[in-house]
Amino acid sequence: MTFFKDFINVLSAASISFLLLSSTFGCIIYFCLLDGRLRSKGGAAFVVLGVIYFVAGIFIRPLLYLAVAYVLILFGLSNLGPRLWDKKTGKWLLIFGMLGFFVSFFDPNFYLIAAKPDNVPIGAMIFLLGIFTWIALRKAYLNDKQIEAGGIPWEKTETSEKLFVWPDLVYTEMLCMILLTIVMIVWSVGLRAPLEEAANPTSSPNPAKAPWYFLGLQEMLVYFDPWLAGVVLPGLIIVGLMAIPYIDTNPKGAGYFTFIERKWELGIFLYGFLVLWSFLIITGTFLRGPNWNFFGPYEYWDPNKLVPLVNIDLSELVWVQWLGQPLPKLWPIREMFGIILVVGYMSLPPLLAAGPFRRFYLKMGAPRFYVGAFLFLVMMALPIKMVLRWLFNLKYIVHIGELFFNV
Amino acid sequence: MASVRGIQEGIVNSQIWKSVFRVGIPNTNRKRVLAVLGSLILHLHPVKVRRSGVRMSYTWCMGGTSFFLFLVETVTGLLLMFYYRPTIEYAFTDIMDLREQAPFGIMREMHRWGAHAMVIAVWLHMFRVFMTGSYKPPREFNWNVGVILLVLTLLLSFTGYLLPWDQLAIWAITVGSSMARATPGAGNEGPMSGLIKLGDIRLIHAGDDARFGLIGGRSIGAATLLRFYVLHCVAIPLVAGFLMAIHFWRVRKDGGISGPL
Repeated sequence: MTFFKDFINVLSAASISFLLLSSTFGCIIYFCLLDGRLRSKGGAAFVVLGVIYFVAGIFIRPLLYLAVAYVLILFGLSNLGPRLWDKKTGKWLLIFGMLGFFVSFFDPNFYLIAAKPDNVPIGAMIFLLGIFTWIALRKAYLNDKQIEAGGIPWEKTETSEKLFVWPDLVYTEMLCMILLTIVMIVWSVGLRAPLEEAANPTSSPNPAKAPWYFLGLQEMLVYFDPWLAGVVLPGLIIVGLMAIPYIDTNPKGAGYFTFIERKWELGIFLYGFLVLWSFLIITGTFLRGPNWNFFGPYEYWDPNKLVPLVNIDLSELVWVQWLGQPLPKLWPIREMFGIILVVGYMSLPPLLAAGPFRRFYLKMGAPRFYVGAFLFLVMMALPIKMVLRWLFNLKYIVHIGELFFNV
Repeated sequence: MASVRGIQEGIVNSQIWKSVFRVGIPNTNRKRVLAVLGSLILHLHPVKVRRSGVRMSYTWCMGGTSFFLFLVETVTGLLLMFYYRPTIEYAFTDIMDLREQAPFGIMREMHRWGAHAMVIAVWLHMFRVFMTGSYKPPREFNWNVGVILLVLTLLLSFTGYLLPWDQLAIWAITVGSSMARATPGAGNEGPMSGLIKLGDIRLIHAGDDARFGLIGGRSIGAATLLRFYVLHCVAIPLVAGFLMAIHFWRVRKDGGISGPL
């Protein structure tokens, strides 16, 4: 049992990189949705990636754990295949998930964090997100099968059929309200709202955490400076969400669940919403302890945990470690590798428009394509930076302390 | 049974009932239409909806849940306002009082859990709307109103977080609001703020930057509490209520509860 818990503790650190390295994430869905076996192109990419993880894992320890998790998930999903969307499978997945969660409550360290009153809704959120993601993808899978067979999604078969609001809708609404009222009353009677001692500006708690829905943003602070993580990126999240209907010109998939007709939109949104937003909130809530150090789910939140400060800048890595030179004094020379990387990254859109994404460029038009590509690259900058930090201890790619510009 | 039916008919046919609801039991299609059209609250709905609009597995009922939780928050919040004074001397002790002395004291619990639930419900609502592609034309504008409502929901929860004035509250808001310090050009630790100068004097400093404007001081204090209280109880709910009206109205105008157009 202890071995098992230790394994999960270590694995959870690796799983962060795992989830983030998942451009594969979209593939997982895609691939179980359509085929479910290793025959497809997606399946081949999976195997190749798995081998790369294992080989790299020999040199970089977390990658080895990653490879294990990867193979387990791959094996599970490929065995399930389209059966993943059966109601029976869904039920068992949920039961196992809940069982794992509740059995974990017997672990005192897990209990201490997960049973905090303010964390209870977040525990519930994990399951709600799981359930609703599964429902949405199941419905998409069923519709896609119909579409592929030349039919129409079932929502469309019902468009002509209209029901009276009284009684059908009004009663549904009333039942929902009654149910919710009961849930709220039971919840409120059963669980007291937290109240700590009176505010004391001279004694700060450790860890000091923002309200739970901002913990994803607080987690971003680990990887980016506050002006980026706390101001610019949240601003861009809002702008990006608002821009979605104007960037996405795909006329298909309006008003019904589908995956094959909207692969890119769904892939990007699911990644952003489930991994970059929700998963980081869960990480920030359950896995970040004193001094914002990382703790596995069964680890004791030791305020004196020693974490070696091994993060280094790209400039130091290249100049000192690889080239064996002292750091140049002038920052443009010192940071030139990082600057080339960042400028190269942000000037990808024109290259993509000319090359592999020409199809999209022509379909969307220049303004839509460039705005969309910019927002996407900014979004992907977070997982890229996170993986570089978790796997290679990279602190900054560009570190110009002189000009207040660190990325 | 017959007598129950008799009593029901007596009530429904009485002058009082008729004066309020205008239609009797909606047992004919004509009366069903009138029941919806003749009521201020129900006429938010169309008379008829697509079948998919009634299916829980399709709509997840999360928009309605968000709205219902907003109403729960309004009612419980109002009751909490009877007991609560937003000053440093009283805020915490009032909450203690409420906890220990007020009979049937689950209002604070319901308000807090309702707030958490509302944030989650709004997210799931957005999730469903995205997954069914219900932001596509002609619904683009309503998606945008929805995004602003999502931000307002988070702000409502954020401003409310401070009000109990315990350790949890002030440190969460300290962490959350310290970000404003780093606003480019407007926070005293943000990039480019140092460039805004009059001679040698920095114009952006801890006493006038974005964070100062947000919390009304150099640190979380009495001014912050009052400010957040007013934002939480008056300003944001008003704006949110206004936008909700637009949101619901546009749902109708843009083709009804989402479904294929």
